[in-house]
Amino acid sequence: MRIEKHPILEFSNHQEIAFFYNGKEVLGREGDTIASALHALGIKELSKSIHYKRSRGFYCAIGNCGSCNMTVNDVPNVRTCMTKIEQGMRVFSQPGKGELI
Amino acid sequence: MKKTPMLIIGGGPAGLSCAIQAASLGQSVTIVERSHSLGGQLVKQTHKFFGSEKQYASVRGFKIAELLIQEYEKYKDLIEVVLDATVTGLYPDKVCTIVQNGRYYKIKSEVIVVATGASEKFIAFENNDLPGIYGAGAVQTLMNQYGVLPGNKIVMVGSGNIGLIVSYQLMQAGVKVVSVLEAAPLIGGYLVHASKLRRLGVPIHTSKSILKANGSACVESIVIADLDDSWNPIPGTEETVEVDAVCVSVGLSPMHQLLSMVGARILFIPELGGWVPKVSECHETSVDNIFACGDLSGVEEASSAMVEGRLTGLFAARRLLGTIDNDESIHQDLISQLEGLRSGPFGKKTREGLLQMKEEGQC
Ligand SMILES: Cc1cc2nc3c(=O)[nH]c(=O)nc-3n(C[C@H](O)[C@H](O)[C@H](O)COP(=O)(O)OP(=O)(O)OC[C@H]3O[C@@H](n4cnc5c(N)ncnc54)[C@H](O)[C@@H]3O)c2cc1C
Ligand code: FES
Repeated sequence: MRIEKHPILEFSNHQEIAFFYNGKEVLGREGDTIASALHALGIKELSKSIHYKRSRGFYCAIGNCGSCNMTVNDVPNVRTCMTKIEQGMRVFSQPGKGELI
Repeated sequence: MKKTPMLIIGGGPAGLSCAIQAASLGQSVTIVERSHSLGGQLVKQTHKFFGSEKQYASVRGFKIAELLIQEYEKYKDLIEVVLDATVTGLYPDKVCTIVQNGRYYKIKSEVIVVATGASEKFIAFENNDLPGIYGAGAVQTLMNQYGVLPGNKIVMVGSGNIGLIVSYQLMQAGVKVVSVLEAAPLIGGYLVHASKLRRLGVPIHTSKSILKANGSACVESIVIADLDDSWNPIPGTEETVEVDAVCVSVGLSPMHQLLSMVGARILFIPELGGWVPKVSECHETSVDNIFACGDLSGVEEASSAMVEGRLTGLFAARRLLGTIDNDESIHQDLISQLEGLRSGPFGKKTREGLLQMKEEGQC
């Protein structure tokens, strides 16, 4: 869900960027973070919690809390609220602590 | 190892103003900011600010960020800005460790100003970790920076200024705000913000809070209830409300972690937001040559964060440069601006907090 009309702000950059979410190609917009692009696609659950595997979404959106961690291009625990999408980026939900390859 | 005379951690209104002030006196500085842009919390604020002209009253928050950035550009040869760089450690020998785009490195500085701001608090209720439950600042970031809606139907928990302002901004973006809940018997924020919402038909319920969220992968509904005088839920008043997002706006806590790590003295002063570094009148922490300003040294507003930043910039530059032209007049001007901002009924909490800070003895 994107804001189409706003009384103060203008969102004019509609340039699309394709990236992969759990292996599937999806589209975000230039300037999006991974979390904002996924949210715009209706994907609110980003990962599962480490111990009880509960659903996790983002909470602070400015890099404070770590609730938005995902595995990006094989690197685990990337704060997706701070990381901009790039063409061809591979983003995966992270079911646990994550492992460095 | 990279070296710099003066390092500022955080490029929000406090850090940026600090850099501008120091550079205007001829001091070269480096700002390290973890985000993609300077401006801190200002970049997502679409409402017009209060305060006086010197702190850009009646200008929208994101425009203030643009004005500060323009001012910084005048001193570009003296201010180095390092973006997308998170400071992960601060050590007594004034070495900072930094992570930037997957690279880890160190910077050593003679003087360090920490201006990391504050982070959003959270409250306990069942299933409070479900996706769709967001901090108010996060919702503001999502909408106003990225143009994405947090949901269609939302309940705001907390009626402080941030809760009220973000509720209004949610409506501007086309989201239905079902209600604003406030645990206290009185609305926390300014009446102007509350009236604006009420005029738009958004009820603000006092002595009411959230007990529980329901949903599996995302919040689908919440249970709310009336609270008694001791803030305990009154049995029988529970009510289920359908929502697809919940916004939590229950205050901010200063981000003192780097200062705790370096061994600076930290005090608990609820009026300033909780755990805050003890600072002297010169905004220096208990560790020599490490300063703190902005929301970090007491949660207030962007207006006071900017003035505190400038003041700290003066003190830090004084430490490095020795004598400064017009030192006394700059100092007096900034002090009187701060006093102006903190006068009146809404500055009471800050005044009391700062008094406690002072009574804790010298650093
Ligand atoms: C919804 C909302 C509405 C508000 N409305 C008003 C208003 O109307 N008027 C007003 O005056 N104020 C308002 N404020 C308050 C104001 O935004 C803050 O008081 C102000 O931004 C504090 O400035 P700061 O520089 O101390 O912190 P911040 O703006 O939080 O800046 C801190 C900076 O430090 C960076 N940082 C943090 N940790 C690190 C690290 N480890 N390494 C590198 N960088 C780091 C952050 O990314 C950030 O850019 C509002 C705030 C919110 C959230
Ligand atoms: S949502 Fe808090 S770090 Fe990303």
